[in-house]
Amino acid sequence: MRAPAAVDKRKKGVLLAALAVLVLFPFAGATFYTELVTKVMILAIFALSLDLLVGYTGLVSFGHAAFFGVGAYALGLLAPKYEAANLWLTLPAAIALAGICALFVGAFVIRVKGIYFIMVTLAFAQMFYFVFHDTRFGRGSDGISLNFKPVAVIGNFTPFDLANATHVYYFVFVAMLLVFIFLRVLLRSAFGRALQGIRSNEHRMRSLGYPVYWYKLASFSIAGALAGLAGYLSALQFGFVNPELLSWHQSGNVLLMLILGGVGSLYGAVAGAFAFVALQELYSALTTHWQLLLGGTIILLVIFLPGGLSSVADRFKHTVVGEPEDE
Amino acid sequence: MDIFSFLIQLLNGLQYGLLLFLVASGLTLIFGIMGIINLAHGSFYMIGAYMAFSLSTLTGNLFIAIVVGIVLSVILGVALEWALFSHLYKRDHLEQVLLTYGLILVFEELRSLIVGNDVHGVAVPAIFNWSIPLTESLSYPVYRLFMSAVCIVLAVLLYLLIAKTRIGMMIRAGSSNREMVQSLGLNINLVYRLVFALGVALAAFAGMLAAPVSSVYPGMGTGVLIICFVVVVIGGIGSIWGALVASLLIGLADTFGKVLIPQAAGVTVYLLMAAILLWRPEGLFRRV
Repeated sequence: MRAPAAVDKRKKGVLLAALAVLVLFPFAGATFYTELVTKVMILAIFALSLDLLVGYTGLVSFGHAAFFGVGAYALGLLAPKYEAANLWLTLPAAIALAGICALFVGAFVIRVKGIYFIMVTLAFAQMFYFVFHDTRFGRGSDGISLNFKPVAVIGNFTPFDLANATHVYYFVFVAMLLVFIFLRVLLRSAFGRALQGIRSNEHRMRSLGYPVYWYKLASFSIAGALAGLAGYLSALQFGFVNPELLSWHQSGNVLLMLILGGVGSLYGAVAGAFAFVALQELYSALTTHWQLLLGGTIILLVIFLPGGLSSVADRFKHTVVGEPEDE
Repeated sequence: MDIFSFLIQLLNGLQYGLLLFLVASGLTLIFGIMGIINLAHGSFYMIGAYMAFSLSTLTGNLFIAIVVGIVLSVILGVALEWALFSHLYKRDHLEQVLLTYGLILVFEELRSLIVGNDVHGVAVPAIFNWSIPLTESLSYPVYRLFMSAVCIVLAVLLYLLIAKTRIGMMIRAGSSNREMVQSLGLNINLVYRLVFALGVALAAFAGMLAAPVSSVYPGMGTGVLIICFVVVVIGGIGSIWGALVASLLIGLADTFGKVLIPQAAGVTVYLLMAAILLWRPEGLFRRV
């Protein structure tokens, strides 16, 4: 057993090293990988947002992709056709829209519990999928292409160029850090502790006089808004949106990321996003039927690792990634 | 909408609802009795439809295909319960979701490897390949009536099985108290295996029955699964009776939704679900 101080020190070391690698990564000059890591960091934001629900509020949502999609579509629909959209207008709008949609969906789904919650979130996500897939408003299954990347212009000054992959990388990197810090602060606040209290014993929190419904609804809306941010960034990076962004595969994959990294750990959510994309890249390099391998991996993980991957992390306490934070 | 088109839509809605019931009843039984949320349930519907396609191409007869298909799906159900689902009884919902999600990916890729990604049609059997004329221009295909009749017969049989037989008694007992059933010396694991196989067979049978009408295409399982979740949520988890009422409701809402408000065709059933959640969050009927 290592002394806690030593663990902390080692943890900090690994963390700083990981941060340094991420900061320096674009200098390696491999554009393909810079873009890939950008994509992973966007997924990490998405996974972080879901962790607030699954890991800290105890709400297993199988429909989180809906809000990712709303954020992405917000950019697609708000961007003017013949000129570039303004980042500083469309980004807050996308986050707000996703948050409002989550508030709306949450008002319904928070009323049900457990297994119902999983089914109902999935069903609502499918409803959003159909809204974009079937209506003229969402432009059908082809989705929307952005003719121009958004610009980050403030007055006459443009601090960075969102058509430049390296700039996008750093923009996403900073966004990920901010989301991480935001969640960290949120979870250590009275609000965050109340959420975790609800996760471990809802009845007790209720009898202590906490308005559990509203806490859950707030958590659901915040998670939705952050997922919207991830969706917006994804639309920004790839320059198009389509209904597949809201598909239930997307919801399933982000849950898988959480499991890979360890539910209820912010580091775990980020690590899980990296692990998921690494698996995906590895398997798709092997075969076009890579989903077979991915599915098989998931099944074996669940069967042979009772308690989930985080139980392995428990057994190897001295590793940084996936260690449950007792906050 | 004149009386005959209304009648046609009504019959279509009921027929769709009855078909949904076959899938949803298995889903709700597996949850109500075994406590498992099975995302892969839609895959059994898909597998059934593809079996109908492959086996009827092979044998030249849909009915032979269906009989062989039922046998194969029972075997599949027993094997899956033995190999995978029996590990899930004591796990939390998140793990159940993940395993069954993994299973969907596996089934979809196997389908793509074995049969490919094309859309296939399955011929309506010759004896049912005619229509009842209603007016000069409107008629109703007999095969759809046959489907509805088969579904009704199955629903009655299911009711009799659960309400009147010894096995049904064990199933009901197992759903309310697993430990008690075991300590009374009954083999609850066998009951679970039977229920799971029954659920798989019902879903696969629905797929086989629907194949001539809906054709056979990738992703057909997912669509049915999510609609069946809506059915189960509306009907109340674990309630067969609720599943029947909710299936018919959804079948009618979807069919008339498509006719009356085609712009929002996909969304009608979800709006219905939202309304019912507001009214009765626990579903229309609780438990069996």
